[in-house]
Amino acid sequence: MIATDTERELEFQAKIDRGEVIEPKDWMPERYRKQLIRMMSQHAHSEVVGMLPEGNWITRAPSLARKAILLAKVQDEGGHGLYIYSAAETLGIDRGEMIDQLHTGKAKYSSIFNYPTLNWADIGAIGWLVDGAAIVNQTALAKCSYGPYSRAMIRICKEENFHHKQGYQMLAYMMRGTKEQQEMAQDAMNRFWWPALMMFGPSDTDSPNSAELMRWKVKLYSNDELRQRFIDRTVPQAEAIGLKIPDPKLKYNETTRHYEHGEIDWQEFKNVVNGNGPCNRERLRARVKADADGKWVRDAAEAYAKKHMN
Amino acid sequence: MNTTTENNSALFEYLLRLGDTSLILGHRLAEWCGHAPILEEDIALTNISLDHIGQARLLLDYAGKIEGKGRSEDALAYHRDARQFRNLLMAEQPNGDFGNTMVRQFLISVYNFHLYSALSKSADAELAAIAAKSVKEVAYHVRHSSDWLIRLGDGTAESHERVQQSINDLWIYVDDFFNGDEVDAMLVSQNIAPELNAIRPLWNETVQLTMVKAGLQIPQVNSAMRTGSRKGNHTEYLGYILAEMQFLPRAYPDAEWL
Repeated sequence: MIATDTERELEFQAKIDRGEVIEPKDWMPERYRKQLIRMMSQHAHSEVVGMLPEGNWITRAPSLARKAILLAKVQDEGGHGLYIYSAAETLGIDRGEMIDQLHTGKAKYSSIFNYPTLNWADIGAIGWLVDGAAIVNQTALAKCSYGPYSRAMIRICKEENFHHKQGYQMLAYMMRGTKEQQEMAQDAMNRFWWPALMMFGPSDTDSPNSAELMRWKVKLYSNDELRQRFIDRTVPQAEAIGLKIPDPKLKYNETTRHYEHGEIDWQEFKNVVNGNGPCNRERLRARVKADADGKWVRDAAEAYAKKHMN
Repeated sequence: MNTTTENNSALFEYLLRLGDTSLILGHRLAEWCGHAPILEEDIALTNISLDHIGQARLLLDYAGKIEGKGRSEDALAYHRDARQFRNLLMAEQPNGDFGNTMVRQFLISVYNFHLYSALSKSADAELAAIAAKSVKEVAYHVRHSSDWLIRLGDGTAESHERVQQSINDLWIYVDDFFNGDEVDAMLVSQNIAPELNAIRPLWNETVQLTMVKAGLQIPQVNSAMRTGSRKGNHTEYLGYILAEMQFLPRAYPDAEWL
């Protein structure tokens, strides 16, 4: 007997409710597939676009040890991109199609990478705050219902922990350095704090996809819960090295045992998401140009492979 | 000057040549970050860049010790001017297109491969250990760049033409590899460094083999050959690389960066 789509959906939901993992060959609702492609491709694009603001400082790293650490980190990001693209391909879309969607603006990437890296301390701030926020998100995603995505997150989180640590160490060292170094570190903090909080997405009351994703256990926690987790974890770290959080309303609530924070500028978030952040145009143009400039190379590789198939 | 001092200054000079070539080539490769033709190459180019920076650190750190004036790897990398740099002229040449970067990599990596293979048997134990570690990385650089030379040479008409043009353009910096001087001679006499005359035929053979597979021609440009790296006579490109690379330590001389 052939099951109807409604019966299949009920069975699918029951599987998820039992805590089972969905694998590529399992039946899944079309909308589940689409949502995962959206999230995973966005994640992979973020890794790749994220190479640009960090790559911006490799040639100017102030010591050879730092240069080597940054190179290793950026190489990891590229590897994460590749790994997540491959995981997304299990949903029946190929990498070329996903990259086209990035280049035409149909697919998004994390808005954090639309902010410029203006001083060397920004590299520390990206490791500590941006990767720190990413770890909170990805640790949650490691428990999501789609097997390939969940496994990718487990592996990636290990490397992100190293990125987070090196960023924090770098800022801690600068905060013990000269006045100019301390100013660089605080300046990076001032510019990256709020965009890092925005990485968790809009407040739950304003998050269009949340309810469905939670029912499917693609999302296990709300945006606000994860944001809170990040703040609670990060504020004491900032205080420990003498960095000020650029939020006059930030205070610890003894009863809830959580930090309370000021209002996030959601208008700014919307602007950046809609393409009007400080570097949206540069980032996308850099990716499109790399793709166009590399076409002759990819064509040559393909022609060579065809000639030598046997 | 007594013999030990002379020996040390020759070895110091020699280590700068190796270390600076790695540093400057690593810098050039890092410029690709995020702009490669495919994601796999973004990863490969940062990986090769990282290998070079790692080699530069070992070599410059050792150079500082041999010199005996307390200069660290960073002091040597960030506080010398262009005339004091000893990298091969080839290493500082601009990236150009992806094919050009691969030709530059291939020509240097084949040289490094034969040189480091010989250096891994150097009478200087420390240099031998660095060379033995590096030669494994360099073997991958040779493989990666020669695979691309073959693909591009035997790919499309456009790729063939482009990569042949890059070979023609870069070939004038090849003699600089083998243009040994009294420093090489002194270290050869002590079995610390190999004869460059012995490296050249090995280099020729490896390069020739790949060129044939790729259907590419070795150019005839005897009169235009550029040399001078061993005396710090560089092309104009190096000054700009250093201006960028050394900016922070120069702008904030009191700061330490870890």
